[in-house]
Amino acid sequence: MSEREHIEGAEVIPIGTRGRPGRGTGQRPSAAARGLAGKAAKGPAQRPPRPKKAAEPPVVQAVPEEAAEAPVSAAVVRERSPMAGIPVSDWQAALEGAAREVLGTDWEQQLARLLAFLRRRVTGDYVVDDYGFDAELTQRFLLATLRPIAEKWFRIEVRGTENIPADGGALVVSNHSGTIPVDGLMTMVSIHDHTGRFLRPLGADLVFRMPFVSSLARKAGATLACSEDAERMLRGGELVGVWPEGFKGIGKPYSERYKLQRFGRGGFVSAALRTGVPIIPLSVVGAEEIYPLVGNVPSLARILGVPYLPITPFFPLLGPLGLVPLPSKWIIEFGEPIRTDDYDAGAADDPMLVFNVTDQVRETIQQTLYSLLMQRPSVFR
Amino acid sequence: MLVTGVSRDLGRRFARAAADHPDVERVIGVDVVPPRGDVGGVSFVRADIRNPVIAKVIAKEDVDTVVHMSVISTPGSNGGRSTMKELNVIGTMQLLAACQKAPTVRQLVVKSTTHVYGASSRDPAMFTEEMEPRRQPRGGYAKDVAEIEGYVRGFARRRPEVVVTLLRCANVLGPQVESPIASYLRMPVIPTVLGFDPRLQFVHERDLLGALGHAVAAAVPGTFNIAGEGLLTLSQVVRRLQRPTLPLPGFALGGLGGALRSMHVSEFSPEVRALLTYGRGVDTTRMRRDLGFSPRFSTAATVDDFASNLVPTGGRTDRLLADLEHRLPSARAAVESGAHR
Repeated sequence: MSEREHIEGAEVIPIGTRGRPGRGTGQRPSAAARGLAGKAAKGPAQRPPRPKKAAEPPVVQAVPEEAAEAPVSAAVVRERSPMAGIPVSDWQAALEGAAREVLGTDWEQQLARLLAFLRRRVTGDYVVDDYGFDAELTQRFLLATLRPIAEKWFRIEVRGTENIPADGGALVVSNHSGTIPVDGLMTMVSIHDHTGRFLRPLGADLVFRMPFVSSLARKAGATLACSEDAERMLRGGELVGVWPEGFKGIGKPYSERYKLQRFGRGGFVSAALRTGVPIIPLSVVGAEEIYPLVGNVPSLARILGVPYLPITPFFPLLGPLGLVPLPSKWIIEFGEPIRTDDYDAGAADDPMLVFNVTDQVRETIQQTLYSLLMQRPSVFR
Repeated sequence: MLVTGVSRDLGRRFARAAADHPDVERVIGVDVVPPRGDVGGVSFVRADIRNPVIAKVIAKEDVDTVVHMSVISTPGSNGGRSTMKELNVIGTMQLLAACQKAPTVRQLVVKSTTHVYGASSRDPAMFTEEMEPRRQPRGGYAKDVAEIEGYVRGFARRRPEVVVTLLRCANVLGPQVESPIASYLRMPVIPTVLGFDPRLQFVHERDLLGALGHAVAAAVPGTFNIAGEGLLTLSQVVRRLQRPTLPLPGFALGGLGGALRSMHVSEFSPEVRALLTYGRGVDTTRMRRDLGFSPRFSTAATVDDFASNLVPTGGRTDRLLADLEHRLPSARAAVESGAHR
């Protein structure tokens, strides 16, 4: 090592190549070097000493303001391995410098806030509501992850957000499509970004039976689609989302796209009638094309206990790559709210009225779907 | 006043507190085995509520209030599952039969549990008192409790002048509580069900005693859920307890439970396993509005109080972050200025 340094040290001497480029013996530049030199002979002449500097610890480059004292310490620790030679204070100074570079001058507050957030998460010192909804996690992590997909991949165009009330309970009723309920997630992001409210989705019990999905769904604010939970949430003034087509909607073949299926038994209407909240019809165009369902394996689905097992043009043909949704262009439109508060008390128990309101909501969504499809130039644009 | 199940810690403490109360003339504690701790002014009668001796005790002592606390969730030392079922179901039947015969009885308070609602993926988020479990329990403790509640309702129908209060208590937690959930949370490494994060509710042991006392004093008939305010997910609970977790698939948890039972550490009965998978929440509106009881400890405070008596076995990440927080220049400056002051 020391011998090698000696030679390297000797290399420094040929600085005086008398202004000509070159390295080595100091007598004559090589033919290649002479060829490179051209006329400008001053600048490159300073280059040879550089290799020696590179042997110093990289910390010198990381902290420009400390450069004055760094060579001193570097000279002391030269014999050790480069990693062991950096004192903790230097690391700290480097990190501080880097933080200042990246986050600006108030980096300290930002970092302190981040640390406080992490500590709160790690010690479990955060709040979930009765349904297991974790607003902090949803806002900071889930929605932040979904937002680029909504904005960049599906380029969602949102219309009619003025129909969503700023506060108080309301029931958003949407069509359901796309093999995997991506439309629900995208609706959550769109509503949060345009109104600042969290959509509380109602999910099938399959969602709460599946590992990982169930815990994530509860944390994102979902709860079971049953009348008790729906009414409880609506009374609590939440914005509740429901997809009455259910598995019939998302699991329908591509050939039946944008044809609304039966709207359940109208349970969502009775919940809205009982609590007197407005029903906001929502039409989503674009979700049908993300995973075009061309086949189904009912027997295998039955074994796995799921309602259908999809076959799309790319899944399972391309394996996991087939799970990437096609980048269709989405338009989602919130229709005018249908008021339910002028019906009398017993309205929810009148099946004829419930069916009529259900049909009214269904027709509104279907008509809006058709008009949106007419307005959309093509599937992907 | 007659209190059953005084050999258990909660029963003994409730009987003692009742005996110290100025409005209570006399407290008779009944159990199969004598209580281990100090019973104070409670007169203990060793009687098995499974046989008709209990009727004689009630008749002889002119009992006007019966507090039934011997619905047990663990077989414990006095026998296996069949003994437990007999104690729970037959014991309750005998006790209720005795109460029905005794004209002096004016009030009956039964401590039940929220396990009666079960836990499944079809559950609503919050159970109110009039809801039924979505899946009928197939066996074990939950079925016992369901049967017991049926008998209690039958008794309330036959003796309408008796004030019958049924308290469905969430999982009790506290420094001295011995229950399946408490011993589960005392384990150094907590096994969880992979991919599930159940919502849990707890009631502090002191609040449970308070609720029973309140029910006796207020004499409000009906069924009430008793739970601390708010909910915590299991992940929050273990983080607050600073315990590492071991996520296991659901079926493996059952196997582990068997192994642990043989070592007398803990066990995972089917209802505990269901609770740790799907969780459960109960609505306590009626407890506040009709019964007029509000617990002093919320669910989070109960867990924190429980945690203060435990030696943390985890929490390394938090210590690391705290250390990092102290190393921030502003924090250092604050510490230094604080030292100067």
